[in-house]
Amino acid sequence: MNLVHYWRAMSGIIGRELWRFITQRERFISALVRPLIWLFVFAAGFRAALGLAITPPYETYILYEVYITPGLIGMIQLFNGMQSSLSMVYDREMGSMRILMVCPLPRWFLLLSKLLAGTFVSILQVYVFLAIAWFYDIHAPWQGYLWVLPTLILSGLMLGALGLLLSSFIKQLENFAGVMNFVIFPMFFMSTALYPLWKMKESSALLAKLAEYNPFSQAVELIRFALYGQFDQHAFFYTLSAFIVFMAAAIVGYNPSKGMMSKKGGG
Amino acid sequence: MTINNSSALCIEQLSYAYSGKKALDNVSFSIQPGECTLLLGPNGAGKSTLFSLITRLYDSRDGQINLCGYDIKRQTRLALAKLGVVFQQSTLDMDLTVMQNLLYHTALHGISRKVALPRIQQELERLNMYERRFEKIRQLNGGHKRRVEIARALLHKPALLLLDEPTVGLDVPSRLAIVDYVHQLAAEENLAVLWASHLIDEIFPDDHLVVLHKACVKAKGTVDEVLAATETTSIKDAFYNLTQGAAS
Repeated sequence: MNLVHYWRAMSGIIGRELWRFITQRERFISALVRPLIWLFVFAAGFRAALGLAITPPYETYILYEVYITPGLIGMIQLFNGMQSSLSMVYDREMGSMRILMVCPLPRWFLLLSKLLAGTFVSILQVYVFLAIAWFYDIHAPWQGYLWVLPTLILSGLMLGALGLLLSSFIKQLENFAGVMNFVIFPMFFMSTALYPLWKMKESSALLAKLAEYNPFSQAVELIRFALYGQFDQHAFFYTLSAFIVFMAAAIVGYNPSKGMMSKKGGG
Repeated sequence: MTINNSSALCIEQLSYAYSGKKALDNVSFSIQPGECTLLLGPNGAGKSTLFSLITRLYDSRDGQINLCGYDIKRQTRLALAKLGVVFQQSTLDMDLTVMQNLLYHTALHGISRKVALPRIQQELERLNMYERRFEKIRQLNGGHKRRVEIARALLHKPALLLLDEPTVGLDVPSRLAIVDYVHQLAAEENLAVLWASHLIDEIFPDDHLVVLHKACVKAKGTVDEVLAATETTSIKDAFYNLTQGAAS
């Protein structure tokens, strides 16, 4: 087993995922429609209702659409992370996951490669979204578009690892819809994606506390600061720690001695 | 416990249980290179569990599995490199072409494109599938999909080929073609084959048999040895005696 083998396998897994994404036009379009509706409809309507004070990283008064953009980037990655884990449950039920699991490489490496593949797909979606948002007059400094890339890798990995962890505990595809509702919606709405923390504190201290500890909030803040050329150290370490915890738990979940396959018996 | 290093597969005193219910109970047998072994058993006998343990999708808590002398638990990657598998359910990606599916498999096994392409051509030509290499899997019929899966399982030159009821749902000509091809592979390429089935007409006279019933090995050996042990003249009768007779 040499490094070339690892490289070829990882390239194969990422290439397959990107190819599937590019050829599945419906998936590409629906991944973009969701955040764009939030941007064009929800944010436009909500603009008048929510007054925003000047808070870092912003140096001036901003429109609500500008505030919500990093949250919607996080939303793209959150949905993508959950969708790729959904596809893993599907692959496992349909059997194609077995081919991956019986190849002669460590399981953690295979799971990490799958995760990276999903993250690359989400980054593609994010940049297309940012391009459309640019035409809608949502402009970040040009360096921000570069700075945001490493943070997108980290946030994508963290949210993908969470999806992976969930998929390791889900025995059947049917059970996934419920988990999606219990994870995606609370995570998204209980975060700084739609409203700033200080605004939330005005209505509920508990909600603000929950949002502060929500790893999705930290990922969104990491993206928000990076988009304006700044580094949020606290958000970085929080997101990194969450990724390590989720990934380690997912690897344990996919350990054969814990039984990742649905134990249906058979012939 | 003695492990024979020359065996392609050696299973010793293997047991496995789902929530206290035994799926495999003290199973032992071995397969030599060039040997085609049919694993026979009714539904629920433990065949799929055994395959999941050999492929390390499950962990064997009791007993030992060795592939070409490598312990599947301790030398997992070396052991898996020697293994080609065709699962009961199709494991091909329906939206990719035959070629893309096969290249994906070779990438997972660390085979360069330069080496992979001629191998893919060779395996597909042997199965009369090369001209279909750019077709999507979704467009192929059941028999052709199975051929692609067999070709894929051989691309990394395994020493042991596992087939989990690969002919289920196929028409008679497709079924016979696959049975003939796999037997030919075992004979010509010195490939060890473990073929799970409950179809008795897939057995050739020179094959070895392992009859699994209610988690236990009821009989093992060549066709003649199993017939002699059960005092029967046909595999059908022997299978009936071992499974129905034992069931009562």
